Amino acid sequence: MGTDFHPNHPDITADMWERIDAVVTANQGVPGSVIGVLRECQEIVGYLPVELIDYISIGLNLSRSEVFGVASFYALFSLYPKGRNLVKVCMGTACYVKGIKEVISRIENHFQVKQGDTTSDRRFSLEPVRCLGACGLAPVMVVNSDTYGDVKSDKVVHILNKYE
Amino acid sequence: MNKVRTQLMLCGGTGCHANYSLKFKETLQAELQAKGLAEEIKIIETGCNGFCAVGPVMLVQPEGIFYQKLTPEIVPHLVEEHFLKGRPVKKLFYTEPASKETIPRMDQIPFFANQVFWVMRNKGVIDPEVIDEYIARDGYFGAAKALKEMTPEQIVEEVKISGLRGRGGAGFPTGLKWEFARKSPGDVKYVLCNADEGDPGAFMDRSVLEADPHAVLEGMIIAARAINAHQGYIYARTEYPLAIRRLGIAIRQAREYGLLGKDIFGTGFDFDIEIYQGAGAFVCGEETALMRSIEGKRGMPRPRPPFPAIKGLWEKPTILNNVETLASIAQIITNGGKWYASVGTEGSKGTKVFALSGDVNNIGLVEVPMGTTLRKLIFDIGGGIPNKKKFKAVQLGGPSGGCVPEQYLDTPVDYEEIAKVGAIMGSGGAIVMDHETCMVDMARFFMDFVQDESCGKCTPCREGTRRLLHILEKICEGRGEPGDIELLEELSGIIKEASLCGLGQTGPNPVLSTLRYFRDEYEAHIQEKRCPAKRCVALLKFEIDPDICTKCGACFRACPAEAIAWKKKEIARIDKAKCVKCMTCFDKCKFDAIS
Ligand SMILES: Cc1cc2nc3c(=O)[nH]c(=O)nc-3n(C[C@H](O)[C@H](O)[C@H](O)COP(=O)(O)O)c2cc1C
Ligand code: FES
Repeated sequence: MGTDFHPNHPDITADMWERIDAVVTANQGVPGSVIGVLRECQEIVGYLPVELIDYISIGLNLSRSEVFGVASFYALFSLYPKGRNLVKVCMGTACYVKGIKEVISRIENHFQVKQGDTTSDRRFSLEPVRCLGACGLAPVMVVNSDTYGDVKSDKVVHILNKYE
Repeated sequence: MNKVRTQLMLCGGTGCHANYSLKFKETLQAELQAKGLAEEIKIIETGCNGFCAVGPVMLVQPEGIFYQKLTPEIVPHLVEEHFLKGRPVKKLFYTEPASKETIPRMDQIPFFANQVFWVMRNKGVIDPEVIDEYIARDGYFGAAKALKEMTPEQIVEEVKISGLRGRGGAGFPTGLKWEFARKSPGDVKYVLCNADEGDPGAFMDRSVLEADPHAVLEGMIIAARAINAHQGYIYARTEYPLAIRRLGIAIRQAREYGLLGKDIFGTGFDFDIEIYQGAGAFVCGEETALMRSIEGKRGMPRPRPPFPAIKGLWEKPTILNNVETLASIAQIITNGGKWYASVGTEGSKGTKVFALSGDVNNIGLVEVPMGTTLRKLIFDIGGGIPNKKKFKAVQLGGPSGGCVPEQYLDTPVDYEEIAKVGAIMGSGGAIVMDHETCMVDMARFFMDFVQDESCGKCTPCREGTRRLLHILEKICEGRGEPGDIELLEELSGIIKEASLCGLGQTGPNPVLSTLRYFRDEYEAHIQEKRCPAKRCVALLKFEIDPDICTKCGACFRACPAEAIAWKKKEIARIDKAKCVKCMTCFDKCKFDAIS
């Protein structure tokens, strides 16, 4: 695949295309590799623009519908760009019992963002996730790679204010 | 010569990591270095110790002293007192919540003393990233015995004698499953490990993988020999980065030692394992969906038969077992099936690991012999309900399971007995709920989960669970009507009967089980528009009862919207125009004065 084939996309730089090509090339003809390829490409770009999905389907010699079908099936993949800070709130049972609902409504009210959405200034994406496996710390919130346990509605705004 | 006199087994599980155990470790290492103790005192980062509630935790060996809630600030004091002067630091001991007594040794703490460690025998004792430590504790002994001394028939027979049943939820006899796959014709077969752990509120498998990854690999090697497979896959949740990393290290080391790859133990038997990361879909825990996912497709289940033992991954004979099931195998081979079957009940043998969480004092990982009562699990080991609140129910089996109320707490941990009271053993999630939990809201919570995770292939599950959710939402919002309860029951029956896979077939269980025991709560919501547990926002008035209010002002100070008026010695009042209904005041009021 030569560089002249790369579709124009504002969020994908030349350097990113190079890394994407490496991932795709390494997985050509490997059965069942598409989920791994999508994961790695999402790690490079941050999300999966439709143009990138098309590009991957050509590279792996799969139909567009098949790759799009996989990308839209799994919760891990996002077809839209995310905010600068990713706020994951655990919606597992333990966290729910311990009051994550109040924490979420507090974030929604204060930062004007709905679950699954991004604030208009792209500062935060609020993403409900299933159990993070840290139920001992419930309710749990993960901001980027920082884990916060025992998050209460009266503390959460203070925590998030640290992130620009 | 080894000069190490003391080993510090510091928990490096996800829970303790999140409580800054790594920062503590760095500080401690630096301090030991500074005091010239680094040669004799070694810090070893272990997998999840199980007692997540009081993390970060550390066990001092060989003394057996157990420290909890460690912080970097305490390090100088700890090193000075304990490691220089030999005086253990009392304020870091565990304190029994009821008696306020401090307990220095790990084996004396009731949380640990009442458990039996089989699956978790190595947790907190070995460094999971060093294969020699696993081997030193008889690791890979079972695999050696299985490969060198036993025929595949004998392996299957031993597992059958043990009475081991699948720990992933359904409880299918493991030996029988292996026998089908062993007899299934074909040169290419697969062994799969289900590490998808989708039940929200369960973290047993994660902890086993983090603390003792080789036990799972060894189980897979033995399984592979039993059915004559040469390739295995571990399907792991992508949300478990630490478990995946440790598994990767374990596989690499096992390969270096010739325990994976070609000609294992010089027996001519080949077997290798690869990790496959999921991408966030609960239904992929279901066996046929999991196999589709490894094939790189949408993870949708297909009808069975054909069963995976005949046609599984890439249409080849395949066995799929849960992490905990596989982690039990090596000991069964080493000690014999009879030994394993000596513990437990008539129909359920061995031990079961539970992830105890929710409204319970000792949150963490608990392994008990089958036959232990739920009461013992929650009150003796779990230490009961915090803040003097009352127990309401324990939820077992997650979205496929149900809740067990107070009157059935003496039910033993046993597949059949738990099913009789309307729940399931499940994979081991046990979420304790106190009387402030609304059971209608819990049913709504699980249905929200199920309808969201329904893969959409079959109509009863896709549409039916959505209808159930809408009815439950309506009830929680105060728009419930007479006839709703009957409709919930009828619809649940249809979904259970007509759905394609286990997701739909068990999805309505949380609704049915809450209806069975807490029908009065549903009725209060529908007829009186009242939420007895005060959780459903739409049914709350946001008013303070002047007869109960103690004029303490706690609600006033906590309110983020400045919607509460209060002065010293005056009853607080909520201004409904300003109130954002965030519920903070409900949390803060100790006297239950707000409704
Ligand atoms: C919707 C659904 C989700 C499941 N999720 C899991 C899971 O996360 N982990 C697991 O071990 N088994 C899960 N199972 C059960 C598996 O289908 C399968 O029975 C099990 O992995 C077999 O292993 P075992 O016999 O050792 O229990 C799930 C089943 C269904 C229907
Ligand atoms: S339920 Fe939130 S971490 Fe498990």
